[in-house]
Amino acid sequence: MTLADYAEFSNYAVASGTVVLALAFLAHLGELLFVRQEAVEPVAAAAGSGAPGTVAVAPPEDDDVPPRSAVLSRVGVALTVVATGLLVAGVVTRALASQRVPWGNMYEFGLTGVSIALVVYLVLVRITSVQWIAPLVTGFGLAILGLAWSAYVPAGPLVPALHSYWLVIHVAAVMIAGALFLVGASASLLYLLKERAENRGAVGPILRRVPTIAAMDRLAYRTHAVGFVLWTFGALIAGPIWAHYAWGRYWGWDPKEVWAFVTWVVYAGYLHARATAGWKGRRAAVIALLGFATFLFSYYGVNIFVPGLHSYAK
Amino acid sequence: MSNDRDKDGRVSKRDRTTATAPALGTREFLRWMWTQLTSMRTALLLLLLLAVASLPGSFVPQRGVDARAVEAFRLRHPDLSPWLEKLGAFNVYASPWFSAIYLLLMVSLIGCILPRSRVYWRALRARPPQAPRRFDRLPASGTFETTADVDTVLAAARRVVGRARVDVVTDDGGGRGELRSERGYLRELGNLVFHVSVVVVLVGVAIGSLLGYRGAVIVTEGDRFSNVLTQYDEFTSGTWFDPDSLPPFSLELDDLIAEFDVSDGPQRGAPRLFQADGTFVEGLDGDDQDYSIRVNHPLSIGSTDIFLVGQGYSPVIRVTDPSGTVVFDEAVPFLPEDATYTSGGVVKVPDISPEQLGLQGFFLPTAARTSDDAASISLFPAAANPYVALQAWTGDLGLDDGTPQSVYVLDTSRMTQVLDEDGNPFRIELQPGQTSTLPDGTTVEFTELRQFARFQISSSPLAGLPLGGVAVGLGGLILSLFVRPRRTWVRAVSDGSRTVVEAAALDRVPRDDLPDDLTSFIDRLRDELEPQEKKTP
Repeated sequence: MTLADYAEFSNYAVASGTVVLALAFLAHLGELLFVRQEAVEPVAAAAGSGAPGTVAVAPPEDDDVPPRSAVLSRVGVALTVVATGLLVAGVVTRALASQRVPWGNMYEFGLTGVSIALVVYLVLVRITSVQWIAPLVTGFGLAILGLAWSAYVPAGPLVPALHSYWLVIHVAAVMIAGALFLVGASASLLYLLKERAENRGAVGPILRRVPTIAAMDRLAYRTHAVGFVLWTFGALIAGPIWAHYAWGRYWGWDPKEVWAFVTWVVYAGYLHARATAGWKGRRAAVIALLGFATFLFSYYGVNIFVPGLHSYAK
Repeated sequence: MSNDRDKDGRVSKRDRTTATAPALGTREFLRWMWTQLTSMRTALLLLLLLAVASLPGSFVPQRGVDARAVEAFRLRHPDLSPWLEKLGAFNVYASPWFSAIYLLLMVSLIGCILPRSRVYWRALRARPPQAPRRFDRLPASGTFETTADVDTVLAAARRVVGRARVDVVTDDGGGRGELRSERGYLRELGNLVFHVSVVVVLVGVAIGSLLGYRGAVIVTEGDRFSNVLTQYDEFTSGTWFDPDSLPPFSLELDDLIAEFDVSDGPQRGAPRLFQADGTFVEGLDGDDQDYSIRVNHPLSIGSTDIFLVGQGYSPVIRVTDPSGTVVFDEAVPFLPEDATYTSGGVVKVPDISPEQLGLQGFFLPTAARTSDDAASISLFPAAANPYVALQAWTGDLGLDDGTPQSVYVLDTSRMTQVLDEDGNPFRIELQPGQTSTLPDGTTVEFTELRQFARFQISSSPLAGLPLGGVAVGLGGLILSLFVRPRRTWVRAVSDGSRTVVEAAALDRVPRDDLPDDLTSFIDRLRDELEPQEKKTP
């Protein structure tokens, strides 16, 4: 295949991967609806009496038929597997088409980041039961793919400033840190939702499937801790070293640098808050979500709204 | 400053150690705790405040980053700008309020590191704490019986505990004894190292900027640059740097290579390669050495780094007065203004009489005209169809009144524009080799096209200090986040024939795998004592 063929194949693969991921997201949303319904009328749902607005399903022969939420959950995971396969194929052919690492611009950064997050998620699904996070992962993944598509550029070589092995180190570290922040933000969000429901004494059937808030807090802490180390390395060590070679200064308060710093400070605040009486728990989780918002802005917002040295990354 | 410590857990722990150290009374301890807690919260607020305070600098252009963008912003927002100026919004990262937060954070940080270091130093010399009386109150505990005697049990436990600080205490009769162990001291060490390194980085950056300098210069192909202050187009240096002590070196630019994407599509015209080739001399009279500077590949001469940060075109302009004397013959850099290198430039000709001459206009590397009466535009950044368009002024250039002025700006306040017969501005439009004659007989010739390189020359002494600081700090951060401090106790009580063994563990940072770890610890301990017992459960 020629480079143009690879590029075209990549576009088709990513486009179809996005569509399949959307279907997976819908399947998991449907799963949540059925979870709620089955909790209200366990007998009726198990008998498959056909809820209004759903496709009629043949009545089950016996009682061993799994509830529809479980079927949809499996469908959702299967669709996610297909979507991940397509996206990874899209990433690989994109790399072949441009003959370099597939993270030279925002489109590729988002695409590769989502692919990494999905692979990690599917591995976790295999080894432990984390299906409850599925709607968030597929939903967030879809949103970031959308952002990536909005910054689409055709496959091609890089501008001279990006010709450096620091591209591999700096961007890879930041991308993996971002994927971890995404998982951590999901956990913190679920923590907040479930904590509020528990305080009100009304934990619904959907939140009941989510592990305890203590487990959420631990998952959030661990992903954020690893993500923070990678972010420190990628954004505040590798970034300045590369900036020295490319732009002649280590740190120059370029808007992307400002926001990377702000993201670092907010996540540092999270790690401190989690250890401070009166701040641990809910307030720490809110700071974690704030950190994710600043991360998203430094990834996407800075390039869209603010001119600066990183604007080639469009 | 603590990353993940359970504050309540620390209080009780501290309480125990201070109880055995009468030098530090309860009052001092409480006061210390109080300052600790307040500074923790203060530090947290200061951190978040620092984040908020650095935001305006990403939306409002900054003088230190792009002074021209600041001027453009002030023109666009005449009402808002004076207020922003008063608030220091154009220079956020050097403004008093930003510095105030930054310095307060430093004080809070140091005020936190010092007492914690003292406490850590004491903890390092302390022995593992005694076993609590009741193990069942601890988060994980277990018990079993064995025929082995107390000493054997504790010796086996010593082996199973592995790498940890361990004390084995038995009473005189030998019928009762306990093992106390603690591991994970590196966590607090990493924590302290990380925070010390943050201070080192901040101090290193501050000192480095006081000692360093940075300048920019445009060098056209065939020209030579010597590292003296007068040759710089822009120059800033730290307060402790003496501009007369610039390290001596010079460099000549032979060839500038700029390659652009020629494919059809959105990437067309995107830069692909920038390279500056030439020779340099280190010191005042050294040998010529070849260099090749590319983006991402600076040239280092001693402690000075030379970066290629831009490039553009320098048309060579020759001005001949009506008597035939060549009064100007130089390469004039035109500064690029967009991605297709539409460039603006100024030619100042002081040595011409009766009045000085100034030319101002633009250069297009690949000029094209969409229709006959439309203005020319540049289609491509490489020089496929170079074209210069200039207008002329005569009068006083203002070079002699002592005020420094930019070579890229023509001050026309004391000059009159040269007009053609119809009273319109006289236009000089030239391609390489072409000549234009002004109404008074002065000729302007575009003899050849050269390229220029824009070098940034900077020295950042002590850059190794912050870089080394962050590398060490990262190691400390990893230790402080991932080392698990854990205390394990084993108590053995013998009644003569059987020994009751109790084990318990406590994490200073609560973890959910503690019960599993303790079960596995007990299994290994039983295995160590009676390997056969495991096989017949």
